[in-house]
Amino acid sequence: MWVLLVLVVLAGLWIVSAYNGLISLKNQTANAFKQIDVQLKRRHDLIPNLVNAVKGAMDFEKSTLEAVIQARNQAVKVNAAGPEGVKQISQAENALSGALSRLLVTVERYPQLKATGNIGQLQEELTSTENRIAFARQLYNDTATQYNTKQQQFPTTLVAGLAHVERADLWEIEDQAERAVPQVDLSGR
Amino acid sequence: MTSPDANLFQQQEANRRRTTWLVIGFVLFFAWLGFGGDYIWALEGRHPFPWLGIAMATLAILGVWYAYRTGPEKVLWSTGATELTDPKTDAERQLANVVDEMAIAAGVPRPRVWIIPDDDPNAFATGHDLGDSHIAVTRGLLATCNRDELQGVIGHELGHVKNLDIRLMTMLAALVGAVLLVRDGMGRTMRVGESRKSKNAGPLLAALVALWVLSWIFAPLIIQLLALAVQRGREYLADAMSAQFTRNPLALASALTKIEAADAPTAAIKRGAAHLCIADPLGRRFTNSEGWLADRFATHPPMSMRISRLKGMGYAALKQAGQPI
Repeated sequence: MWVLLVLVVLAGLWIVSAYNGLISLKNQTANAFKQIDVQLKRRHDLIPNLVNAVKGAMDFEKSTLEAVIQARNQAVKVNAAGPEGVKQISQAENALSGALSRLLVTVERYPQLKATGNIGQLQEELTSTENRIAFARQLYNDTATQYNTKQQQFPTTLVAGLAHVERADLWEIEDQAERAVPQVDLSGR
Repeated sequence: MTSPDANLFQQQEANRRRTTWLVIGFVLFFAWLGFGGDYIWALEGRHPFPWLGIAMATLAILGVWYAYRTGPEKVLWSTGATELTDPKTDAERQLANVVDEMAIAAGVPRPRVWIIPDDDPNAFATGHDLGDSHIAVTRGLLATCNRDELQGVIGHELGHVKNLDIRLMTMLAALVGAVLLVRDGMGRTMRVGESRKSKNAGPLLAALVALWVLSWIFAPLIIQLLALAVQRGREYLADAMSAQFTRNPLALASALTKIEAADAPTAAIKRGAAHLCIADPLGRRFTNSEGWLADRFATHPPMSMRISRLKGMGYAALKQAGQPI
């Protein structure tokens, strides 16, 4: 009789802790997803300022700058449509990443540009912005993987239905070139 | 790649527990220094009320409270660090950006950033918890490391932050300072007590007196040993966490190689805060040796071991990606 009671209490305690663990992971995953949004927005806000800062020095590469601005405006428009269009958002952001990396390559082609103070800062800010987005995605993917694994593993999977959890989608990075953007080191150090 | 995230919670819990035990041990040790003295004097028929014990225990509790409240400030102050609030040079802007990026990768609030005016490359982290953390790097580190290497070093420090190593380590640093201070201050009183030792004391009393005096003499050593006992494994763990955040263990390996090559001691960082740093700032010889003695008396694991572990992780990742090594 007593043994049974102890077992029931232990099982109850386990259910509570497993449930809470799942909920905590669920919230962490949601929070990590929001972080990506925050960083994308930061990128959108930053680009006009950066482009203005270097416009004068880069008069001869107008088309590269315009491509960046256009890609940025497109990304802002798609993002405003809301989270339903995840596919379009990631497409627009990938296009923006491509335009930005072309800008960085262009800057590298003109060593005399780097002497201008603004351009050095532009490089650093762009590198940092791309890193932030990459790291925010990485954190989201890591957290979501942990969350998904926990849901599927025995015995936590028994509580999964109770906690109303569902698989979180990982953020795919389709474009290999995008992965390489943060690695662009133009500082020559 | 290792996944330190899986046991992060246990690690944090263990560090909270160790901090509590450190505090309890510290207070008990001071109580023994005080009440032990009272007991010895009581056996000799001197003052019956345990003034010394009460004073020492109160002092210890106040000391712990003060250490907890002001520990991070004091550690930063002792290194002469200044906070980086408004980055001006390119190197400072890069540092501020790298800290932001790594805080995102680690999923922790952004720590405050400090710069130590010292030409030797080194770095440390301090603070109470995730919401109140500080990372300090020397000017030498900014001059020596490129962007990727800096990321590796900051990732390592954020590993200490996320594990809550900072709480335990800062407490320890503050308490080491407190013990040294009290011992220096009380040294004179102690010598007076010794000289008045009565000739006809029994063997129990003599043993007690000897133990008590030894406790006073070895107090700083004991607390240093505590620092060592909790340290060596942590550096490997923080290295692994840095690799997890940056996905680039080879950059940290290269940063450690550079830090190691600049083997001048970091003058700005004093003995009390040595165990907080990414590399032993005192440049002690036995840090780089293996074996029982080194395991107990060095605050940091051998640099060559850390570098080879990181390279192992890096090459494994490259192999998986099918890239030439």
